[in-house]
Amino acid sequence: MTAVSSNLPRADLQYTSDGRLRHLLTIEHLSPETLTRILDTAEGFIDFGHREIKKVPLLRGKTVVNLFFEDSTRTRTTFEIAAKRLSADVINLNAKRLSTSKGETVLDTVRNLEAMHTDLFVVRDSQSGSAYLIAQHVPEHVSIINAGDGRHAHPTQAMLDVFTIRQHRPDFHKLSVAIVGDILHSRVARSQIHALNILGVPDIRVVAPRTLLPTEVERLGVRACTDMREGLEDVDVVMMLRLQRERMQGSLIASEQEYFNLYGLTQEKLACAKPDALVMHPGPINRGLEIASDVADGEHSVILSQVTNGIAVRMSVMAILMGGKQRPEQ
Amino acid sequence: MNDAKPDIDEILGTLEAGLREVLELRPLLVGIHTGGAWLAERLHGSAGFTEEMGTLDISFYRDDFTRIGINPQVRTSHLPVDIDNRHIVLVDDVLHTGRTTRAAMNVLFDYGRPRSIILAAGIERNGRELPIQPDIVGMHLRLTPSQHVKLTGPEELAFTISEKKP
Repeated sequence: MTAVSSNLPRADLQYTSDGRLRHLLTIEHLSPETLTRILDTAEGFIDFGHREIKKVPLLRGKTVVNLFFEDSTRTRTTFEIAAKRLSADVINLNAKRLSTSKGETVLDTVRNLEAMHTDLFVVRDSQSGSAYLIAQHVPEHVSIINAGDGRHAHPTQAMLDVFTIRQHRPDFHKLSVAIVGDILHSRVARSQIHALNILGVPDIRVVAPRTLLPTEVERLGVRACTDMREGLEDVDVVMMLRLQRERMQGSLIASEQEYFNLYGLTQEKLACAKPDALVMHPGPINRGLEIASDVADGEHSVILSQVTNGIAVRMSVMAILMGGKQRPEQ
Repeated sequence: MNDAKPDIDEILGTLEAGLREVLELRPLLVGIHTGGAWLAERLHGSAGFTEEMGTLDISFYRDDFTRIGINPQVRTSHLPVDIDNRHIVLVDDVLHTGRTTRAAMNVLFDYGRPRSIILAAGIERNGRELPIQPDIVGMHLRLTPSQHVKLTGPEELAFTISEKKP
């Protein structure tokens, strides 16, 4: 079991020398101003669904490649819609990696795509650090968005989560937030924790059985709880994680039924939280495993707004990364 | 070049008179963020508009996006009604190069097909770079290329002229 990895992206790779955001690889090391700017810009893209023409010309003539080494129809689709609403040309590549000489294969693929004048790569891989590796090797005008790498980071998911929270609870400095589920394997949880900390949330709790908590998880700036009721007590937001069954081998949990009994979000457990608490989930939901159906579809749930907001937030990130690349003329 | 100091009350008065002349078209009043929206808010009641006004943010349509990036303060565009076949009065604080107006018209056309667009500018200054002319003007101002005029607000509106930093 590894502790919190800190050998992955460094701050200097994500920003240009003059402080412009160039890649989004991880939430870690980003400034509160950068996060707020992503959220504010996303606000402007929110009402797009109501327009006659759901497109703006910002990325006209730019090429975005969705480079997915790991399957994810949902995430890929929202990135694709986001890029298309910004008028970019989008290419989707399901580049299932070869099992040998992984690094070389990834970089060779990227070099080939670069030769076709790609401006932005959206990268997803089951291996931590892939987006970082690619970002180290692309020319200056090319940007990378990490759409999930191994157990490491999923920054746009965390940004759409905090965006959804802000829609309902504008002041981060007053919030109590619980993140519940498989913290150990979850890149979503890691990115959420960084985002909440950077935005000034004073009370962040992670709730899971001991076997699904990273060692020294407190060093991320959270309080660990193994008891669901204690973890949810008076929180404003409950962020559930997806329990990935394929990762539950080797006795990490006793049984799915016992897991649901102890950590599944039910109306009864939710009653420990504030009466108007928000319930979130990054999807897809395992009904009856990490969350009861009546909670997932209930009045506290903002799960479907998360999906809608995902498009606006990804548009925002793309617009910020791709804009302002030339120095002002004057 | 021009010593006249823009007087906000005079400008609002002149705009108001101009707007009253087009009221019979029952146009929709739309202000461009931020200055144009401030002016439109002031003029909405006084010029006799009854329908809720709209606002436009042109950040996503600017032609200098590649050069300077996205405006850090994006605001939401809000058009309260369907603009198809409607006359629109588009309000901006300063008409200078014409690029803002160009971008604003593009935004409008992504919402629908207006019947006509009437351009109202608080200040019309020299320096046009596109073939765009205003229909209603609060004040004409001639400035040197290094001079810059800006509307401040929103509590107390005022136009101020300054020298651009070298």
